[in-house]
Amino acid sequence: MSNGGAKAAVASVGAPQPLDWKFSQVFGERTAGEEVQEVDIISAIEFDGTGDHLATGDRGGRVVLFERTDTRDYAGHWRDLEKMDYPMNRHPEFRYKTEFQSHEPEFDYLKSLEIEEKINKIRWCQSANGALFLLSTNDKTIKFWKVQEKKVKKVCDMNVDSSTAMGNGPIVDSSISTSSKQFIGNGGCIRNDFSFPTGGFPSLRLPVVTSLETNLMARCRRIYAHAHDYHINSISNNSDGETFISADDLRINLWNLEISNQSFNIVDVKPANMEDLTEVITSAEFHPKHCNMLAYSSSKGSIRLIDMRQSALCDTHSKLFEEQDDPGTRSFFTEIIASISDIKFAKDGRHILSRDYMTLKLWDINMDSGPVATFQVHEHLRPKLCDLYENDSIFDKFECCLSGDGLRVATGSYSNLFRVFGCSEGSTEATTLEASKNPTRRQGQTSSRPCRSLGSLSGVVRRVKGADNLGVDANGNTSDFTTKLLHLAWHPTENSIACAASNSLYMYYA
Amino acid sequence: MSTVEEPLYPIALLIDELKNDDIQLRLNSIRRLSTIARALGEERTRKELIPFLSENNDDDDEVLLAMAEELGVFIPYVGGVEHARVLLAPLETLCTVEETCVRDKAVKSLCRIGSQMKENDLVDWFVPLVKRLAAGEWFTARVSACGLFHIAYPSAPEMLKTELRSIYSQLCQDDMPMVRRSAASNLGKFAATVENAHLKAEIMQIFNNLTQDDQDSIRLLAVEGFAALGKLLEPQDCVAHIIPVIVNFSQDKSWRVRYMVANQLYELCEAVGPQPTRTVLVPAYVRLLRDNEAEVRIAAAGKVTKFSQILSPELATHHILPCVKELSSDSSQHVRSALASVIMGMAPVLGKDKRVQARGTNINYLLWDWTDRRSFHSVVVVITVVSMFMLDDATIEQLLPIYLSLLKDEFPDVRLNIISKLDQVNQVVGIDLLSQSLLPAIVELAEDRHWRVRLAIIEYIPLLASQLGVGFFDDKLGILCMQWLQDKVYSIRDAAANNLMRLAEEFGRDWAMEHIIPQVLEMANSPHYLYRMTILRSISILAPVMGSEITCSKLLPVVVNASKDRVANIKFNVAKVLQSLVPIVDKSVSIPISNILDHLFQLVRVAEKTIYPCLVELSEDSDVDVRYFANQGLQSINHATMSS
Repeated sequence: MSNGGAKAAVASVGAPQPLDWKFSQVFGERTAGEEVQEVDIISAIEFDGTGDHLATGDRGGRVVLFERTDTRDYAGHWRDLEKMDYPMNRHPEFRYKTEFQSHEPEFDYLKSLEIEEKINKIRWCQSANGALFLLSTNDKTIKFWKVQEKKVKKVCDMNVDSSTAMGNGPIVDSSISTSSKQFIGNGGCIRNDFSFPTGGFPSLRLPVVTSLETNLMARCRRIYAHAHDYHINSISNNSDGETFISADDLRINLWNLEISNQSFNIVDVKPANMEDLTEVITSAEFHPKHCNMLAYSSSKGSIRLIDMRQSALCDTHSKLFEEQDDPGTRSFFTEIIASISDIKFAKDGRHILSRDYMTLKLWDINMDSGPVATFQVHEHLRPKLCDLYENDSIFDKFECCLSGDGLRVATGSYSNLFRVFGCSEGSTEATTLEASKNPTRRQGQTSSRPCRSLGSLSGVVRRVKGADNLGVDANGNTSDFTTKLLHLAWHPTENSIACAASNSLYMYYA
Repeated sequence: MSTVEEPLYPIALLIDELKNDDIQLRLNSIRRLSTIARALGEERTRKELIPFLSENNDDDDEVLLAMAEELGVFIPYVGGVEHARVLLAPLETLCTVEETCVRDKAVKSLCRIGSQMKENDLVDWFVPLVKRLAAGEWFTARVSACGLFHIAYPSAPEMLKTELRSIYSQLCQDDMPMVRRSAASNLGKFAATVENAHLKAEIMQIFNNLTQDDQDSIRLLAVEGFAALGKLLEPQDCVAHIIPVIVNFSQDKSWRVRYMVANQLYELCEAVGPQPTRTVLVPAYVRLLRDNEAEVRIAAAGKVTKFSQILSPELATHHILPCVKELSSDSSQHVRSALASVIMGMAPVLGKDKRVQARGTNINYLLWDWTDRRSFHSVVVVITVVSMFMLDDATIEQLLPIYLSLLKDEFPDVRLNIISKLDQVNQVVGIDLLSQSLLPAIVELAEDRHWRVRLAIIEYIPLLASQLGVGFFDDKLGILCMQWLQDKVYSIRDAAANNLMRLAEEFGRDWAMEHIIPQVLEMANSPHYLYRMTILRSISILAPVMGSEITCSKLLPVVVNASKDRVANIKFNVAKVLQSLVPIVDKSVSIPISNILDHLFQLVRVAEKTIYPCLVELSEDSDVDVRYFANQGLQSINHATMSS
């Protein structure tokens, strides 16, 4: 494996030191030999804008929320601590906050199509009034969720004493509501000539509400449905705070968060004749600052930048980023491995990170001649593309992420490994980590030292599907194609990465 | 706990249900908040109910929305205007919730209350509220604050006014785009309350900041505000300050901003008067008419008449007309549609000479265009509409061939569109010239393979009937109308029945007696039960048009006869039809007084002797559905006789 890909191998003095990654936390760790339930496998990870919350979605349609604890514990004297130059060994720590069932399996009767409940993407929205808001989507339907602490109410001091008047037990509620419905239904039984004394009726009183504890409640506020003929692959919020896009294989739709019954189609790449189809949309994201700009990637390895100001229908791009492949190296797999599985804007909005099967590429939106940096992730798999095609692994969609400061990028790989690269000028940083409690255990393998016996590994690396899926590369590195680390996210302000290994959520810090 | 006296029980329940678990009940209680307030009395409403509501801010949105609305009209229940301030607290909390519609309603209610409050109360209570919201931690509060300044400002003393203006300008620079949007969209209202001296300085500055916002959504709201501001300023100030910005906006990078300008521009022309309009705004408008983005051209084209009305005919002819010609052959059919929908108004603006002059070019464009079938619809619209104000022989000469060939177009939609515009076409070229080609087109469409096409042509039949007249209709189309009653597709049969009714309306009862009723009744013996059902349906629709006499003498016997059908579906449909016929045979309006007894007797006879026994018989049928509908019919007859 080459370190730092296209980067110059000479480390300049200004380049930041490689990070020393340490294990922080794991949620849902598997015990040795435990069988993973399909529904528990994590399918989406997303930090919110402040980094105080983390959401994961799984194949069972659930969304699990985590909240940061390390800042909260010191709440109040957080500033004092900073003044005291408190030893900086703090790192983001999270705890389970709540979870809710976001999507259920459905059946589209018109198209005889099963709609999986699997959460494809989660995006956080602007929080307000102490409530958290997020969008979650499966293949077809996007939902807008509000998660809020609700007071558990206890109402007493009623006018109509239900326990004495109407008997007791669970019948009470129903009898009250039916009798009252009767009254209301008949116009409330209050006659028009009913006279109200000026002082009112002193015998009437308002119910007293006592609330002792609070309870986290997730409520679905809006459902944005029936706008996609194909599977939704991404959703992205606009910086204007009122709109978002959803993208499927052929179209991108623009929504207003408040309006769930209409959306505008802004990109449509569907050819008049489906036989002419050569390229599909694989991912789309809004620019983090400019509300009029968005980028989408395609299965042919290109990224298109769109300016929504130019026209209402954005079928023509304003910029196109793609790398001309070397005609000499073309093969059957060239097009398949060129397909971009994920794009992310850097926080500054200047750079776009893209992931294809073999590499991570960093693009400068002011330079459309080619990527500013390319990081080899799967180069060692090139001889095995045939096998990967046979077992469909070649179509795995790995996500990528950038650090908040834009100095590093990360992406996942097989055998529950993920790689972090330094992308600042002159950096040669390239670290391979394993999603386990000992992330650096495998680091030796990135250099060409022979690997230690696998027999000493704990049960983390699963080999249930048999040896077929275990490829051994030239260095003796093994790649377990059933354990792939597809989803990961970088904390927006700190060097902390959350990544999903099957059903477990691992967190690391540096 | 006390038991409540009987008369108070409903109110007591209403109060309890403010906290019921069932949202419907809570909503119900909130909607009757005024009743609760009256029962509690003014003082307890102020001291107990309002604080109680203030705490009720984590309820469901529907409940909060209802609460925000009710509180807006609550002044009488808290003891009049002098106590109005107690209402501010609950509305203030509602101004901070995250659901936009609740906030909007709360702001509206606050404005309503504020506009009734006494001046010193406003200063003491309303202004501080606005300031609190404007400094709110969450953006929701700040969004709401923007909508309250125009109420708070006028009564504030000078010092406070200065402060309010500076707070507003801060809101216009808020970090949150939502807040800036709210500030931008409310700025027009606020500016209307600000003194002229400050308008030019401070308010203009705020506006200028907004015009440079990164977010399109904010700049386009600023456009709206600008038009409003333009009307507030003296014309010369408007020319100096507003016009340059608007002209800038008309060249904005974002089409949405230009779209707003296209919509607003004519209002500014009204504000600044003819001179600057000619020199600056006309070129801007012409640019918009030729914009790259179709949406902008649509907006601009939609205003072409209004804009031209402001201009002199000279200017309109010189500048606008050439654009209109271009637009009539626009590549986007939506643009052409927008143009077509307003272009009629251009004729009086331009005067007769110009119309003739305009003709030649337009027609040529259109001749070229109609071959493009994707845009046929608008072309037809444009041709007919344009030619309507250019009526002369030459027009007809040029148009007739187009119409004729369109009527023979291979696409059914094209033919349909010509037929759908027949009334307009008729005015232009006259029906006689077309009728030869019309009939084959209609017949072909009537038998089209696609039922939607057939449905479309059926819907135009009444229009055709009115344009072509009875003569033409009897010979050629009558047969078609009957054919449709036996179509394979239900929607067509249903539409055919409706069509008969509309024809009967169009041509009158006598005609219908001769040309519709016999043919329809004949089909009542069709071997296919679905067709028999269609006949029942036709009868029930035709009966109201035909009146009681014909119904009794001609239609009713057929229906009664059908009650002996062997198919249950027919029988329960008979029950339904009979039920619908009762009020028609009951109609005794146009009967002369002398005959009224006779008539009543006859009616009773009809209902009693014919309908009632028939239903009774059906109500004993072996089929459960037939019995059900028969009983329903009997009930409705009993109900009707009881009420009379």
